[in-house]
Amino acid sequence: MSDAVVDSPAPAEQMYGCDVTYSRGEKVIHVSRANYIATLKKAIDDSFTMCTDLTAVDFLTYASTNRQLPSSVVGERFEMVLNLISLERRERLRLRIQIPEGEASLPTAFDLYPGTEAMEREVFDMFGIEFDGHPDPSRILMPEDWDGHPLRKDFSVGRIPVQFKGAPS
Amino acid sequence: MTSNLIAATPAATGEGPQEMRSRSELTAKEVLREVGSVLRMSEKAAAELTSSPVENDEEQTMIINMGPQHPSTHGVLRLMLELQGEKVLRCKPIIGYLHTGMEKQGEELTYMQGGTNVTRMDYASPLNNELVFSLAVEKLLGIDGDIPERATWMRMLLSELNRMSSHLLFMATNGMDMGAVSMMIYGWREREEVLRFFQKVTGLRMNHNFIRPGGLAADLPAGWRDDVLAILEGLPSRLAEYDVLMTNQPIWRERLQGVGVITAEEAVALGTSGPILRSTGVAWDLRRDLPYLKYDEVDFDVIVGSYGDAFDRYAIRLNEIRESMKIVYQILEKMPSGDYRIQDKKVTPPPRARIDESMEALIHHFKIFTEGFKVPEGEVYVGIESPRGEIGCYIVSDGSSKPYRLHMRAPSFVNIQALPHMMRDGLIADAVAVISSVDPVLGEVDR
Repeated sequence: MSDAVVDSPAPAEQMYGCDVTYSRGEKVIHVSRANYIATLKKAIDDSFTMCTDLTAVDFLTYASTNRQLPSSVVGERFEMVLNLISLERRERLRLRIQIPEGEASLPTAFDLYPGTEAMEREVFDMFGIEFDGHPDPSRILMPEDWDGHPLRKDFSVGRIPVQFKGAPS
Repeated sequence: MTSNLIAATPAATGEGPQEMRSRSELTAKEVLREVGSVLRMSEKAAAELTSSPVENDEEQTMIINMGPQHPSTHGVLRLMLELQGEKVLRCKPIIGYLHTGMEKQGEELTYMQGGTNVTRMDYASPLNNELVFSLAVEKLLGIDGDIPERATWMRMLLSELNRMSSHLLFMATNGMDMGAVSMMIYGWREREEVLRFFQKVTGLRMNHNFIRPGGLAADLPAGWRDDVLAILEGLPSRLAEYDVLMTNQPIWRERLQGVGVITAEEAVALGTSGPILRSTGVAWDLRRDLPYLKYDEVDFDVIVGSYGDAFDRYAIRLNEIRESMKIVYQILEKMPSGDYRIQDKKVTPPPRARIDESMEALIHHFKIFTEGFKVPEGEVYVGIESPRGEIGCYIVSDGSSKPYRLHMRAPSFVNIQALPHMMRDGLIADAVAVISSVDPVLGEVDR
């Protein structure tokens, strides 16, 4: 609510060769698609052995350019978000990966973090982002014959029209 | 008997069927990956797994469905099991039968209404869901440092009581699944006493929407301390009964010990959390390791197991009830007086009495409940320790009064990935024990 809330644009801090920003005090690194697997490998060697969460965001209707991206990163339609935990150092680390709409795919993290199996399937199911080399690239929550990807912003929520009493038809 | 009783259905969308494929359709490498790279199975061993033994009748395998309608699958969990006789060779959980699009719905509801949505995900620990959502929204608003002391301690009280009620429910269902049917009645009975307290405080037994961004919906009612003390004083003798009925009983031990074993390395790699991770000996509890609220000011032990089996997970939950009671006693001592919500006009509706005398208060009240409050742009992830493990809330705000993206990291969703590893080479009779020991809540698995 005050000025303190606004996150400062990141200084030239780097981690694993990626730009670092802070979002409400949480450390975020911005990884390019090409360096995705290499960065995850560095993170594992640096004791981030657990991937707690993997999800995505569809920025189709986000009007503002203020997405807290460092100047070197171009915002794309999709963004993958990974949360890693270092049990040793008791630290969290968040990865944000920009994924263009035209080629919505990423190599799978399954071989490094087997726990991402279900989460990647969920992201595929909900956003249509494909994971190359995933052992089981099928839908997980929606029926397998479902059309479309529900959490995309251009997938509308179903509505039942409400008829008010006495309203002109 | 053919080796694939259920033929794999071709995918209508070309995206691959959800069901487990029969062994004859898989290559050695696929089986290796399906079993998971954590198991470090050699390619040769995987190749032996694929060579489908059809010539010998006794070595034939078949794939059967367990669930989604099955009393011990805790709702609508469906497992496809490949069996050889009574032995489970492979297992695949198939979920989504309870998917109601709650994350999509969360984008349509204001931050004020969001609590009613998230509280229905893990319906066995609704207050922890509300808590993590509120903490995330407060962090986005930048008011997380200004929450009154009493509100923080009240949240801890409710969170711990909810942990107790959730674990008591586990005691009941675990007993029922193992055939100790009387345990089902006892567990529900004790849980009901905690829920009765929740009803007195929040007005509802479940799905409270009581912990809200900015604080809580109301103060604790008169006589709450006596009610909590009554629960705390009544429970130890009941828990001692559980020890007689289950913990020390040879049948119970034989049913659970050595069943559904998972190693620490597998548990970490699979991202499991909560009692499953702790049963392998990894002392990881977010209340202690990444403290939130005032957990760094209370004294409690993190219970860990050593074998990673179903018995360890049972014993951890039983003892976590005792640890939660220890915490609740300390909360009773330390509960400060003060406000139960932040007095920030942008977030908190004005008190009822002010509405009668102030036009401005009425406008505020109206605006908060119709438009909601605006949250500055940004993204935030908060994770707390729910009874089932780390429940996380990731919110992206575009500066409006509704989340641009609301994602809940559900512990059960991740934890059920451990099922195939726990069940491998076990007996089908133990499958029920394994599902039960993971304690999944399908409401949050499918969301």
